[in-house]
Amino acid sequence: MDLRFRGAEPSEEERAAIDALLGPPASAWDGGARTEQDLRFAARAEAARDQLLPALHAVNDRVGWISEGALEYICRRLTIPPAEAYGVATFYALFSVQPRPKRVLHVCTDLACQAKGAESVRRRVEDHFGPAGTSWQESPCLGMCERAPAALALEAGTPPVAQVYAPATPETITTMAEAPPNSNGSTPSVKVTGETPERAAVPQTGQDGLLLLRRIGTVDPASLDDYRAAGGYTALRRAFELGPAGVIREVLESGLVGRGGAAFPTGRKWDATARQPDHPHYLVCNADESEPGTFKDRVIMEGDPYALVEAMTIAAYATGCAKGYLYIRGEYPRAVARLQHAIATARARGLLGDDILGKGLSFDIELRRGAGAYICGEETAIFNSIEGQRGEPRSKPPFPVEKGLFGKPTVVNNVETLVNVLPILERGAQAYAAAEPKLFCVSGAVERPGVYELTFGATLRELLDLSGTTGTTRAVLLGGAAGAFVTDLDIPLTFEGTRAAGATLGSGVVLVIDDGVDLKSLLLRIAEFFRDESCGQCVPCRVGTVRQEEALHRLSRRVDDDDLVLLREVGQTMRDASICGLGQTAWNAVESAIDRLGVFR
Amino acid sequence: MIPLQPPRRLIDVEIDGETVRVPEGSTILDACAVAGKDIPTLCYGDTLTPKNACRVCVVEVEGARTLAPACSRKAEKGMKVGTDTERARQSRKVVLELLASSVDLSTTPRAAEWTKEYDADPARFGDDAATVEQPAKVDNELYVRDYSKCIMCYKCVDACGDQWQNTFAIGVAGRGFDTTISTEFDAPLTDSACVYCGNCVEVCPTGALSFKSEFDMRAEGTWDESKQTETTTICSYCGVGCNLTLHVQDNKIVKVTSPHDNPVTKGNLCVKGRFGYGYV
Ligand SMILES: Cc1cc2nc3c(=O)[nH]c(=O)nc-3n(C[C@H](O)[C@H](O)[C@H](O)COP(=O)(O)O)c2cc1C
Ligand code: SF4
Ligand code: SF4
Ligand code: SF4
Ligand code: FES
Ligand code: FES
Repeated sequence: MDLRFRGAEPSEEERAAIDALLGPPASAWDGGARTEQDLRFAARAEAARDQLLPALHAVNDRVGWISEGALEYICRRLTIPPAEAYGVATFYALFSVQPRPKRVLHVCTDLACQAKGAESVRRRVEDHFGPAGTSWQESPCLGMCERAPAALALEAGTPPVAQVYAPATPETITTMAEAPPNSNGSTPSVKVTGETPERAAVPQTGQDGLLLLRRIGTVDPASLDDYRAAGGYTALRRAFELGPAGVIREVLESGLVGRGGAAFPTGRKWDATARQPDHPHYLVCNADESEPGTFKDRVIMEGDPYALVEAMTIAAYATGCAKGYLYIRGEYPRAVARLQHAIATARARGLLGDDILGKGLSFDIELRRGAGAYICGEETAIFNSIEGQRGEPRSKPPFPVEKGLFGKPTVVNNVETLVNVLPILERGAQAYAAAEPKLFCVSGAVERPGVYELTFGATLRELLDLSGTTGTTRAVLLGGAAGAFVTDLDIPLTFEGTRAAGATLGSGVVLVIDDGVDLKSLLLRIAEFFRDESCGQCVPCRVGTVRQEEALHRLSRRVDDDDLVLLREVGQTMRDASICGLGQTAWNAVESAIDRLGVFR
Repeated sequence: MIPLQPPRRLIDVEIDGETVRVPEGSTILDACAVAGKDIPTLCYGDTLTPKNACRVCVVEVEGARTLAPACSRKAEKGMKVGTDTERARQSRKVVLELLASSVDLSTTPRAAEWTKEYDADPARFGDDAATVEQPAKVDNELYVRDYSKCIMCYKCVDACGDQWQNTFAIGVAGRGFDTTISTEFDAPLTDSACVYCGNCVEVCPTGALSFKSEFDMRAEGTWDESKQTETTTICSYCGVGCNLTLHVQDNKIVKVTSPHDNPVTKGNLCVKGRFGYGYV
C-alpha cells in the first residue's frame, strides 16, 4: 500500500508504548529509522490492521491521548492509511485526539445511577473541576449499577491506574482530585484501586443450589487449583467424552438461548458454525456489556474467570475453532486483570494452547479491550472493532456463522450464555432444562441490589421480594435502555412471558423506579444514550436519535400533541428502517413510558 | 475483454403483486427496475458496493420484521415485495424529513421531487433542530468540499479507498450525528494523500463535493444547467484512452465527468483527465 504521511513524529514515550506492544520495527519500511541499507532494497510490510485498537490503547494508556505523531507512527508500523486510523481513533469515547490531562474522571449519569442521586455527584464534580470535557466527562453506564452512583477515574501511566468510586458521594468526590501516586514500574497491566469484594455484588453468595453464581465470592478467582477443587474443568472432561457433535447435541437439547439480548438458540448457532466448510472458524465471546443497567457479565468475569475460560474452550471444541477472542469493554479494568491472569495461568498449566489436557485440542484466547462504544457489542460491529475498523455493524445477510470475523465462520456468544454450558454438561441437558438458571441485574430503588440467579419461571414480584424494594415502586425497566417499562409485577421472567407483556428480558436488566424518580429526565437520559452511542452509519438512527431527544426536551417543558405524533413517527421509522438493533430499539423505552406510564399525559 | 460468466439462473419475485423474472444474485432494486418501479435512492452508486446507509430505498418484504433496503438486499425466489405499502412510504417520508432537516439538499437531484411525492415536512422538527451546517472547505483550486450538504453516504470514501482509487485520503471520522468525512486530523486536502483524481466528486450524490468552477458559479448565481451541453470524447493525455464528458456552458468547460458504463474505467479518471481541461 502506497501511504502518504504528513511527517509528524511521535514522542519518545509514545514510540516506547507502541514498540512495547509491537516490538521494535524491522526496517524503515515499517516505521524504523531510514538507513543506507533501506534505500537499496524494498521490503514488504505486512499489514496488521487488527493491531490498531491495541496500539491506540497502548498510547492512550501510557500518555492519556493520541497525538498526530503517535497515530502516524502506528500507521507506519501497521501499514494503515492515516485517514482511516484517525476515523477509528475518533470512534471511541475513551480515546482523545486532543491533549488532555493524564487523569480523566468518568462520572456515570446513566439510569441506575440517576435513580440513586448521580445528579448531585455530577454537580459537585462540575463545581470542583469545571465544565465537562477534559479532566472529567459524563459517562454512560459503567456496569457498576449495584453500587450506584458510580464513577471511574482512568489515569495514564506505567502502569495505568483505574480508580473505582462506587458508591460515589458528593463528599468523596472532592477527594477524587488526589490520585494515588502512580508507580513507575514496567508492568503494563492496569492497577485497580477502590474495588469492593466480589460478594458485594451477589446478595445470594453462598446460598445452596446456585449454578452460575456458586463460586462467586466463595472461591478465590485467582486460583486455578481452587477452581478445579470447586468443580472446575469437569465440564470440559465431559465434553471430551461426548465429542464435538455430542456437545452440540446436549446444548441443542438443553434449549439454551442467547443471554446477550437476542435470545437466539445457542445450539443452532453452534451447529451451523461447526458445519461450515470454510476455515478457520473463530469464536468471539461478547463481553462488551454496555446496555445500561447490565453488570452480570462483569460479576462472572471478576468472580469466576476460569469458568469463562473453560466455557470458551468447550465452545471452541464443539465448533472447531482454534482461536477465540474475548472482547471486553474498556471500562472493566478489574475484569480485564482477572481474565488476563486466568488466561495466562490456564495456558501455563496446559488448559489453553496446544494439546489441551492431552486430548489433541488446540485452542487459545486473545483478550481484546473495547474503548467506550456500546455499539461494539452488536455481533457484527464487534468483528469490525477487532479487525481494526470502525465499530460499525455490517449488514446481514451474510450472518456471522457464514462470514464473521475476518470473513470466516464465527460463533459469537455472550458471557452468560457461555458459562451456562458448564452446568449443561455437568448435569446433562435434561436436568439442566428442568431448572434452567437466569441471571438478573437488579438495581435502582431496591434494598439489596446485585446479580440474582433465579430459575426460569419466577415472577418479577418474586425477584423483587428477594431484593426488597425501597419507596413506592412506580415501574420497572426490563431489559435496559433498549427494553421497556412495565408495571405488572406478576409477569413471569421468561422470554415468552415478557414478550407477551410487550417487554423483553434483554440482557436481564431489572431497574426499579420509585415515585421519587423524575421519569422525564430518565427518558431524556435514555434518548441521550442512544444519540451518543449511534454509530452514525444509517440515517434513521443517526438523525432519528437526535430528533427524539430534541422532542423529549420540548415535551418535558410543554406537552404538545404534534411532538407526540412526531416521536411516534420517528420511533417507528427507527424501528423499521435502521440497520441494526441499536436504532431498532432506540424508541422502545420511550414508547412504553408514554403508553404505559402516561408520562406526557 | 469481458470474461464470460456462467449463465445465471433466473428466479421469480413478486413486486407489488406482479411477478418478474431476474437473474439470481440481483438486488430487489434490480427487480424493481424490471417491474418498472421507481424507488428513490441516495447512497446507492452504480459503480460501488451498496453501503445501504441512507435507507430511502426501503421496501416491505413479506414476513420480514423490518423493512429491507432495496439497493442491497438480494432478491430471493418467491420473495414478495411491497414497494408502495403504507409502512414503506411512511419510513421513506420520515427518512427524507430527517435528512432534509439536517442537511442542505438544495443541490441533490430529485430531493425536492421526492419531498413532494412523499409529503415530507422537514420543518416539523422546529427551528432549533440540529443540522450539519458548516462553512465549505475551499483548500485547493480544483474541487470544494461543502459538508453542510453531506448525507454521509460513504461513496466518496469507498471511491477514494479500496473500491477504486486506493489512495485513502479521506475516511469517516467521529461517531453518531457528529460523523464527518475527514482527512487525518482534519488536515487540508493539499496536505493529505489526495491525488485530485476527482473520483469522489464523480460519485457524490448531493453536490457536497463539486468542481471549484461549479462552486464559484453557483455562488455567483451563474450556474445554469439548462445552458450546458455535454460532449463525450477521449482523453488525449495518455494511451489509456478514458472517456471524458465535458460539460460546457458559455463556451467554457465547467466540469468533467466520465461515463459510468465504460467497462474499464467505470467513471474513474486521473487528475489530468478530470481537471487538466485548461488546455483543451
Ligand atoms: C447495540 C447492540 C449492543 C449489544 N451489546 C451486546 C453486549 O454488550 N453483549 C452481548 O453479549 N450482546 C450484545 N448484543 C447482542 C449481540 O448482537 C448478539 O446477539 C449476542 O452477542 C449473541 O450472543 P448470545 O446468542 O450468546 O446472546 C448487542 C446488540 C446490539 C444491537
Ligand atoms: S442503527 Fe444506529 S448504530 Fe445501528 S448501524 Fe444504524 S446508525 Fe449505526
Ligand atoms: S480527489 Fe481522488 S484522491 Fe482526492 S480525495 Fe477524492 S478520490 Fe481521493
Ligand atoms: S461528501 Fe458526498 S459522497 Fe461523500 S459522504 Fe458526503 S454526500 Fe456522500
Ligand atoms: S453504573 Fe451507573 S447506571 Fe450502571
Ligand atoms: S439507496 Fe438504499 S440505503 Fe441508500
